[in-house]
Amino acid sequence: MPLSTSSNFARPDDAFRAIVEAHRGFTDEQSADFDAALVLILANHIGDIDVLRDAIVLAKRRMIDGQQQQQRQQQQQQQQ
Amino acid sequence: MAKADTHQAKTQFGYRRHPDQDRPGQSTAEHPVVVVGAGPVGLSLAIDLAQRGQRVVLLDDADRIGEGSRAICFSKRSLEYWDRLGVGDRMVDKGVVWSVGRIFHGEQQLYQFNLLPDDGHKRPAFINLQQYYAEAYLVDRISDLPEINLRWRNKVTALESRNDSVALTIETPEGAYRLHAQYVVACDGARSSLRQMVGADFAGQVFEDQFLIADVKMTAEFPTERWFWFDPPFHAGRSALLHRQPDDVWRIDLQLNRYADPIVEKKPENVRPRIARMLGHDKFEFEWISLYKFQCRRMDRFVHGRVIFAGDSAHQVSPFGARGANSGLEDAENLSWKLDRVLRGASPASLLESYHVERSLAADENIRESTRSTDFMAPNSHQEARLRKAVLSLAKETEFGKRMVNGGRLSVPCSYDSPLSSPDADAWRGGPLPGCSMLDAPVATRAGEQAYLTDAFRKDGTDFTLLSFSNGAAIDAPEGVKDIRIGGEGGLADPSGLVAKRYGAEPDSAYLLRPDGYVAARFRHPTREAIAAALSRAQGLNRRLA
Ligand SMILES: Cc1cc2nc3c(=O)[nH]c(=O)nc-3n(C[C@H](O)[C@H](O)[C@H](O)COP(=O)(O)OP(=O)(O)OC[C@H]3O[C@@H](n4cnc5c(N)ncnc54)[C@H](O)[C@@H]3O)c2cc1C
Repeated sequence: MPLSTSSNFARPDDAFRAIVEAHRGFTDEQSADFDAALVLILANHIGDIDVLRDAIVLAKRRMIDGQQQQQRQQQQQQQQ
Repeated sequence: MAKADTHQAKTQFGYRRHPDQDRPGQSTAEHPVVVVGAGPVGLSLAIDLAQRGQRVVLLDDADRIGEGSRAICFSKRSLEYWDRLGVGDRMVDKGVVWSVGRIFHGEQQLYQFNLLPDDGHKRPAFINLQQYYAEAYLVDRISDLPEINLRWRNKVTALESRNDSVALTIETPEGAYRLHAQYVVACDGARSSLRQMVGADFAGQVFEDQFLIADVKMTAEFPTERWFWFDPPFHAGRSALLHRQPDDVWRIDLQLNRYADPIVEKKPENVRPRIARMLGHDKFEFEWISLYKFQCRRMDRFVHGRVIFAGDSAHQVSPFGARGANSGLEDAENLSWKLDRVLRGASPASLLESYHVERSLAADENIRESTRSTDFMAPNSHQEARLRKAVLSLAKETEFGKRMVNGGRLSVPCSYDSPLSSPDADAWRGGPLPGCSMLDAPVATRAGEQAYLTDAFRKDGTDFTLLSFSNGAAIDAPEGVKDIRIGGEGGLADPSGLVAKRYGAEPDSAYLLRPDGYVAARFRHPTREAIAAALSRAQGLNRRLA
């Protein structure tokens, strides 16, 4: 997989923090607009369609896992 | 509404009874090939087949050329094809030539593009020409060709496929008659009834947004460029297009929402203020107004036994990118030489399968490009709209943002990953790969006359051609293959060096071109055996590949 998932930042907390702080003061709508621009800027910087696709797969897996977990919880609740 | 007095060619034709309608008893006329539909695709295909010596019956259910606003942008590739059909000059003389487009967001220009930045091509990137002119010139050309029997008001109403022929039932003002054909080519448009007759699907995507297309007549100072706006001040939140046609007619496309009522929106009194806002004045006349919902769909298979589909009957795209008629014309040029060979018994019928393979790839590419453009103009969800907004705002300050803005990606010939191509055996730096379309470049004849490679290619009819770059002792083309030699004694000169450059060629290099101008194979150091092998593969004679 060409996508690098090892930790690339010397100080990962700084990177996380920078993104979090960029959203401060935004409404959800503004945050979503901001994220859209940020994703496009970063995608272009990466400039490798295979890496981008891998990243999309990885990000999507969270959604699928999340959905499955929700379903499982719902089923368990129904059974109880 | 299109005014007949502005046409320089005939557009209304009479029905004429044909002896095929008066056959005694149960006997039915037999024809090698019947083309159904005299739109741009059927007309061009009939001419191409006739130039190859085939007798063609061409049927159309109407008695006039379609009027009103349909295709206007015809590509370089289409013009090169029409050169081969003897109508290129007429189209270009009447058309307006353009290669520059501009994309605006609001009042600001985001970027401009030039579709043919380099010189040394006979034909421009595009001309704009009303589809009715193109059709009228093709019909005129047909009157020079006794091989074509064009029958107006002949509507195909039934089709029966048999092992060795196809039986057609044809309705005319004087009643029905029947014909048998070895092959039928259905060029009967997006609403093809022949498609239904063979029981084929036409699956794909319908876009919800509606587009108002108006052709207006006015004298204006706008340059001959394609102007496309996202969210223009005169049409907030939607897109708009302005493009010049001959006779001081301008094409205007305005995106409307999906709920717009076509009857209301089409009323001139409702269209006029919109367009006046766009132009900043209301000194214009309407030539045509219509409202469209666009679709991108295709048939699964373009070849159904002896019934072959070409043009809009086989695949339909939204018009952003000018891929409709242009790709239909590429279908015609791809099919005609193959069908001609099959009808002459020179190649097996399996060669026709390569038409399906190659043109399917093209249809998929055209649908993909047109779908992306249409989706960009009319986003499907909040998030799609949000991403588009991000691209448009990034385009103001970044190059990558500009490149992501999609206001229509204009038609270019597709390259085929084809069973007819022989892969490169040598190392090449540049030049068109096997499966790609030939490139034009200036040449000079021995007498010093300026010409183009595409002229040399079409001279004396297009057939398989060996384009070779002389090393002093150029190799002879195999039997039946035409020769174009660059350099050497008796060859064409390459005064600008562009032929060698565009073909990545050195002395001794050679390209084997198909009759449709696609590269079948290329060789750094050709041998007779290698050329012969590539030729038989490209002619579908190689069983392994059929
Ligand atoms: C608004 C708009 C803008 C466009 N702009 C462009 C552009 O700029 N560039 C471009 O390349 N394309 C453009 N297109 C697409 C282009 O118009 C079509 O792709 C093109 O007309 C298809 O040609 P055709 O010959 O396959 O079919 P058609 O032009 O539809 O012709 C089909 C013919 O078959 C006849 N017919 C139908 N059924 C029967 C029957 N049963 N028996 C006998 N005859 C029959 C019809 O009368 C008709 O003459 C545009 C389309 C639209 C709507």
